[in-house]
Amino acid sequence: MARMHVMEQSESQAIMSSMHEMLGKRLSVSSLAPCPVEFTASYVAMCATQSCGKCTPCRNGLRMLRHLFNDVLNNRATMETLDLIESTARTVYLSSDCAIGYEAGEVALMAIRGFRDDFEHHVTKHACGFTQSQLVPCVSGCPAGVDIPGYIALVEAGRYTEAVRLIRKDNPLPLVCGLVCEHPCEMHCRRGMVDDPMNIRGLKRYAVEHAGDYRPNIKPATGKRVAVIGGGPAGLSCAYYLTLMGHKVTIFEQRAHLGGMLRYGIPNYRLPREQLDSEIQWILDCGIDVEKNHSVDGAEMERLRADYDAVYLAIGAHADKKLGLPGEDAEGVISAVELLRDMGDDNPPNFSGLHVAVVGGGNVAMDVARTSVRLGAEKVVIAYRRRVVDMTAQDEEIAGAQAEGCEVMDLHAPKEVVVGEDNHVVGLKVTPQIIGGLKRGRPAPRPAEGGDVVVKADRVIVAIGQDIDSATFEEQGVPCKWGRIVTDPDGAVPGQDGLFSGGDCQSGPATVIRAINAGKVAAGNIDNYLGFNHKIELDVELPPVQFKGKISCARCEMREREASERIYDFDIVENGLTDEEAHQEASRCLRCDHFGFGAFRGGRIEQW
Amino acid sequence: MVNLTIDGRAASVAEGTSILDAAASVGIKIPTLCYLRELNEIGACRICVVEIEGIDQLVAACNNTVLEGMVVRTNSPKVRVARRMNMELLLATHDSECTSCVRSGNCTLQTLANDLGISDLPYEKRLMHDPWDMSFPLIRNNDKCVNCLRCVQVCEKVQGLGVWDLANRAIHTSVNVRGGVPITESDCTLCGQCITHCPTGALRERDDTARVFDALADPEKVVVVQIAPAVRAAWGEQLGLPREEATVGRLVAALRQMGVDYVFDTDFSADLTIMEEGSELLRKLGEKSSAPEGAPALPMFTSCCPGWVRYAKAVRPEFVDQLSTSKSPGQMFGAIAKSYYAELMGIDPHRIFCVEVMPCTAKKAEVAIPTMNDACGDPDVDVSITTREVCRMIRAEHIDAKTLPEEDFDQPLGTATGAGVIFGATGGVMEAALRTAYHIVTGKTPEPDAFSDVRGLDGWKEATFDLAGTPVRVAVVSGLANAGKLLDALAAGEVSYDFVEVMACPGGCAGGGGQPIHDGQELAGVRGDVLWGLDRKAELRNSYENPAIQAVYRDYLGEPLSERAEELLHTDHHSWHLPVEAHV
Repeated sequence: MARMHVMEQSESQAIMSSMHEMLGKRLSVSSLAPCPVEFTASYVAMCATQSCGKCTPCRNGLRMLRHLFNDVLNNRATMETLDLIESTARTVYLSSDCAIGYEAGEVALMAIRGFRDDFEHHVTKHACGFTQSQLVPCVSGCPAGVDIPGYIALVEAGRYTEAVRLIRKDNPLPLVCGLVCEHPCEMHCRRGMVDDPMNIRGLKRYAVEHAGDYRPNIKPATGKRVAVIGGGPAGLSCAYYLTLMGHKVTIFEQRAHLGGMLRYGIPNYRLPREQLDSEIQWILDCGIDVEKNHSVDGAEMERLRADYDAVYLAIGAHADKKLGLPGEDAEGVISAVELLRDMGDDNPPNFSGLHVAVVGGGNVAMDVARTSVRLGAEKVVIAYRRRVVDMTAQDEEIAGAQAEGCEVMDLHAPKEVVVGEDNHVVGLKVTPQIIGGLKRGRPAPRPAEGGDVVVKADRVIVAIGQDIDSATFEEQGVPCKWGRIVTDPDGAVPGQDGLFSGGDCQSGPATVIRAINAGKVAAGNIDNYLGFNHKIELDVELPPVQFKGKISCARCEMREREASERIYDFDIVENGLTDEEAHQEASRCLRCDHFGFGAFRGGRIEQW
Repeated sequence: MVNLTIDGRAASVAEGTSILDAAASVGIKIPTLCYLRELNEIGACRICVVEIEGIDQLVAACNNTVLEGMVVRTNSPKVRVARRMNMELLLATHDSECTSCVRSGNCTLQTLANDLGISDLPYEKRLMHDPWDMSFPLIRNNDKCVNCLRCVQVCEKVQGLGVWDLANRAIHTSVNVRGGVPITESDCTLCGQCITHCPTGALRERDDTARVFDALADPEKVVVVQIAPAVRAAWGEQLGLPREEATVGRLVAALRQMGVDYVFDTDFSADLTIMEEGSELLRKLGEKSSAPEGAPALPMFTSCCPGWVRYAKAVRPEFVDQLSTSKSPGQMFGAIAKSYYAELMGIDPHRIFCVEVMPCTAKKAEVAIPTMNDACGDPDVDVSITTREVCRMIRAEHIDAKTLPEEDFDQPLGTATGAGVIFGATGGVMEAALRTAYHIVTGKTPEPDAFSDVRGLDGWKEATFDLAGTPVRVAVVSGLANAGKLLDALAAGEVSYDFVEVMACPGGCAGGGGQPIHDGQELAGVRGDVLWGLDRKAELRNSYENPAIQAVYRDYLGEPLSERAEELLHTDHHSWHLPVEAHV
């Protein structure tokens, strides 16, 4: 008998591993409409499979919980059952011997407390009270509700112009979104259960790049006039749909160019200026008037309200947030907003040979860091108080910055801007951090043992978020909370007849696609406010669905220009999908608009 | 055209054709269960799955289209296994108590299971046992539901209501009343369309035949039966009688054979309805110019369809004041039977047991409206049974309807005109009313087909007729989704009418929710044609010409809208409430 054996994976262990992997994939595709009770019951049952069976609360407690959840689901439960579930879960949490038990108890406890209403609905009505129906995953993941399976089918069929036409039914900025959308749609893609989620953004970009031109149908003029304050994605979307509905829109833009954060926030290497301008011009050509360099304050807004039939306030979030640290007022300390605004106005500073320290961990921090590299900085350091994995920036942005030579100094909290004799910044003092426990869902850092470090810096760029310049509107009675404009869910500003608002100024800094959604929603509700009920309709015939069966095929990713080359210019970094890649990618779509629940309900929203 | 091969046969069909239709074009029948053309093409039951060469998984034939060069097999070993097992899976959650099921012998699930030769189930039965209020006229048995979702679709798409929805999720998914409320508190109109589109016995009407048999057995009771117009166009279907043999005369004979004392015709009281409703319309048209602002009297809506009345009360209460106050023909009959007729015959009206045979499930609720008791204080109509129930009674009595001689209705409530019989088809009430209104206004007899523009199966028809120089704008809708659209258009000021006929069921009572069930077929058109044919052949085609009607006015009611007519033949739609009205 050998003393020890070399570890080898048995066949059943291999199967178990691949089942775990498949489970991971299934879970990563966030199910959009699970019944909370069904989900909890299965979740706790899954936890129970990991129990070693030694200790009572884990072995018998999870077993009893499983039966109790089933009683709820099979209409055998009473309100007392729910109390018993809660006390059992609490006991499993409090008294299990290891994490398998107490973590399972916590899940059950979180569910019975968090979903109490849903549990009660099952008990009293013998039906699930969770109302959201299982719509097409990508479409319900998209804030603007773009008909993704529809346009992917059109891309597959080589009908790119119609694909773009279909996208514009819900989103007037397909080019912008093809380049910079955060694509929450992909997170839900059911294809992720099979191999990888669809590359939806890549296909959108491909459609736009291969589409011909067309003009949208515009409904007869209504004689109504609407003022849109702010020419960012929310304002442009609202203006576009109102114009299609026959209303006359004028956009009032504070700056010299339209686009808002698309121009004054996103660098050219991600969203080329010329392309942005052409997409905006296409929208304006529908018959939208623009007054550039026209700043609107509260008093001016009141004048517009008197003059126009409705007003949409979409001023975005363009004010910079301060660090609140000593030395912040020194020369050489600039905000990300300031730098990107100068870039947007074609007024780039010269960073040749300079050391730049960026403070922040979001996409904007990456944007200014990568912009600094292109402006000639010798060294760029990104100081962030948590770990890289905790950064809110998208992974590809962090990777892009690192590839371009930016150094990420994570677990370092800025403490002071070090100022030289001429009141000019010479460095950034940072305190090393150690990561701690979760606080409101994110791990909280605290100062680590050891001393502060000074990073040499000729410029400190602060990228820790944006505020909203709403004070002037608040003075006119527009309700605000934390600087954000308060609206009803339909975008109407309560108590202000005919005034609507949306986008970053209402939601706080968010994504392009959320701003587009806000503009679209406002357009529909302003139309109703004006006494109409115009519909924006599907005006493209879709190709028939083809069932292809399960054919394994991984996802095509977009590639980037070589880092060593791209740091010398502001040209676009990302390459689009090739023809071959796009067609393969499009053919992977599982067509959830037709297969599964979509065939019964919610497969296609033909008009809004 | 697309060329493909199905089970070795070459097929050539138009682009966009489903695999199901393509197979049918070459004589191959692929079995279906959940599928209903244009209404429910959702690939849910997986009975119609077929194999396509080159694809590992099976494909639903009902909602997938053909492709050039496709090679389809409808009976490969894979298909055979999956189709059979899916049926077994459905049966595992289906209460197969076929011997006591109203749909036995007319059940798609039963037929398919038999066709597939299923005799043993590999699974233990697991039924949900969801309770139901058995006093409600619509009965749902969750243990027989196969989740085909047809009821959800027909209620939502055809009737625009959405009473049914999926309750619960995942493996506990089942159909139930939307929002988990009891059916009595839903806005169910009792149209019965979910019943006639159900492939199993999960949905049915409350069976009231025992109450009729009890009355027949009671020597104290004088059992009076009235037969609604649309019943005569359909009753033979369920008993295997060809349409030409299934005359109303044979149905009269069958009822007499059962022991019914008097068999009368609802067509008679349909003529009576026309006298009242037509007069009401003319009165309203006359008041049109002098009507106060903000009190729209027009359009006047017909009120003979209880499904529509329930819909208006539950869903669109703002239109209730515009419903005609005239009772439905069935209720008018009951009120006359227990007053005029009782007097005429010298019978104590409390001894009369009034039964109506209707193509309708909503009538079961109508007869129970507490204020429908104007003749003697008892309910004017005691019980309402559907066409299906009367057929079941005939079978239960072992009556061979085919061999029965045709018999006439009893008199005087058995005399009717062609105007009465067309009540059973969409547009019929409108046409009948216009014929009589024309006569009242002009004193002349209308051309027989002067108002035929409102016939036909379109869900929303409109026309303008000249009534002695006054243009009368009319509309006819059937199917409550169409009614909803019309009301929306009225509210938005997009349309304007004087008189609107609404029938809840598509095609009118001919397609009623109480009619015999033929899975996958819509027979309202064929049955309606029978009624229009009877009208064409009728000696008298105008209600005012009906001598029995003339007699009842001369001897009893006086004239239309007289005080006695108002008391017996009209109703206040606000005098009773649906549970949902409380929170409207």
